[in-house]
Amino acid sequence: MIPALFVLAYLAIVLYIGIFAFRRSGGPAAEDFFLAGRSLGPWVFLLSLFGTHMTAFAILGSSGHAFNFGIVTYGLMASISALVVPVCLLFLGTRLWSVGKRFGLITPVQIFRDRWECGHIGTLIFFLQAALLVPYIIIGVMGGGTTLSVISGGFIPFWLGGLLVALVVMSYVFFGGMRGTAWVNTFQTVLFLGFGAIAVTLIGQGMGGFTSVTERLLNNPATASLLTREKFSLTAFLSYTFNPLSAIAFPHIAIFCLTARKVTQFKRTVIFYPICILLIWLPCVYLGVAANQATDIPAIEAKIEARAATGRPVPGDDVMLQLLNRYAPGWIAGLLGAGIMAAVMASDSQILALSTMFTEDIFAFYGGKARFGESAQIFTGRLFVILVTAFAYFTALNAKVAIFDLAVQYAFAGYAAMSPLFVAALCWRGSTKWGALAATLFISAATVALYFLPRGFTVAGFAPVVPMTIISAALVWGVSLLTPKPSAATIHRYFPPASV
Amino acid sequence: MKNALAWLAIGALLLAHQDWWNWSTAYPLAFGFLPVGLWYHALFTIAAALLMAGLVRWCWPSGLERDE
Repeated sequence: MIPALFVLAYLAIVLYIGIFAFRRSGGPAAEDFFLAGRSLGPWVFLLSLFGTHMTAFAILGSSGHAFNFGIVTYGLMASISALVVPVCLLFLGTRLWSVGKRFGLITPVQIFRDRWECGHIGTLIFFLQAALLVPYIIIGVMGGGTTLSVISGGFIPFWLGGLLVALVVMSYVFFGGMRGTAWVNTFQTVLFLGFGAIAVTLIGQGMGGFTSVTERLLNNPATASLLTREKFSLTAFLSYTFNPLSAIAFPHIAIFCLTARKVTQFKRTVIFYPICILLIWLPCVYLGVAANQATDIPAIEAKIEARAATGRPVPGDDVMLQLLNRYAPGWIAGLLGAGIMAAVMASDSQILALSTMFTEDIFAFYGGKARFGESAQIFTGRLFVILVTAFAYFTALNAKVAIFDLAVQYAFAGYAAMSPLFVAALCWRGSTKWGALAATLFISAATVALYFLPRGFTVAGFAPVVPMTIISAALVWGVSLLTPKPSAATIHRYFPPASV
Repeated sequence: MKNALAWLAIGALLLAHQDWWNWSTAYPLAFGFLPVGLWYHALFTIAAALLMAGLVRWCWPSGLERDE
């Protein structure tokens, strides 16, 4: 119960930070609430952007996946993200920042509408982005419920843990907006990076040392393959190369790119992003694999037996927490549980992003802001925060899919397929709204089809993300070639003669 | 020229990510416990950070500072 008290204290601290940020904000201006007045400094920008991107998926999902499939998890998601995500931030994130700053734009859809001189096509893109983001928010609530339930030894049930996390996140997003969210994310990232190293050391010692753990894994025929990548095909591994393209198309990441005070603040973020990934993912993946030797933990032994009996992967999202509860002293387990909770609660920026998109792309675009004023716009944004959180919570209560699967199946595939829209809008003068429309309609249809197709569906051995991204890019390119371009004035604004 | 080299380096790292030659073995172990499939990709991650430092130094998108 002591660890749970630490986690509850942590929740109170982040709530305070959010409200503190609210007090510091300069007034009801929409740009201040939704973008922290485009004023984030270099370290806050790095740590909060990283904290925003690393979610329950990174901590609980990765160790759960590694528990079932082994070390392949690191190469599948972490190392490839360490290359692709910073490249996207460098070549696309900086351009997003630039056009957002120059033209006073807040959301990706606003940029698309302005760049391609379209209205309702932007609305369609909004609905697609919003629909793809909801599963990710659900992941956060599920992760919160799992964390509190395990860390309290079942004293706090899943439904109550998820509810507490949802309420805390909702409150500081409601009051603090982007500034509160950014400061909370910064605090969370520092906490997790700081205590993560202690967690790994303690758990390693508790299990008899890492060398001993690896030896036992290698000597057991049932677990030796977890230290290789035999359980995964090369084509499946290659497919995952496409997933990190989703980063720039995630609304919360794209919107976050607009919060930097200066474009030069991207430099530090781009360079240190891979190191942050290494520090978080490597321990999580190794510990997920090592959990297969923790047969003295009844919950883990039951999972191993169930997997052996059925031959199928078992839900493993809680293995990291089980290790923590078993091998770390109570107060340290509490601090580390709070650190895990920190990563889990990255759903805050996603909820804020949805709220920002709704108020800017729908409410303001269709006349709400002009008719009712900016205060009403922010009120609408806050109301939307409550509605989205409530929806995510009640859906999470009934979700049966593992965190990793939920993220990969819908969010990553859909957003990766949307990345060609960003490349086209920001880097290609010849792109048109009709190309964007064709790609958006295709991605929508493919995502719906994905829902009905069996899990693990592949195309010639490749995961759906591969054909979806390639076809989406081909549609943007091909249809744009055949359709009329935006006005010369707009193209000139986005690609002034001096630009590369 | 600089941009072409940058994309070449990114392509080379993408290729290096598909390390099929390490696929079915855990050896050699690093520090006595990290299987090759993990430490190779940990090194890959560090290489990515070094490449990013190079890209920021030599391929920073020009002209964006005017908007600061």
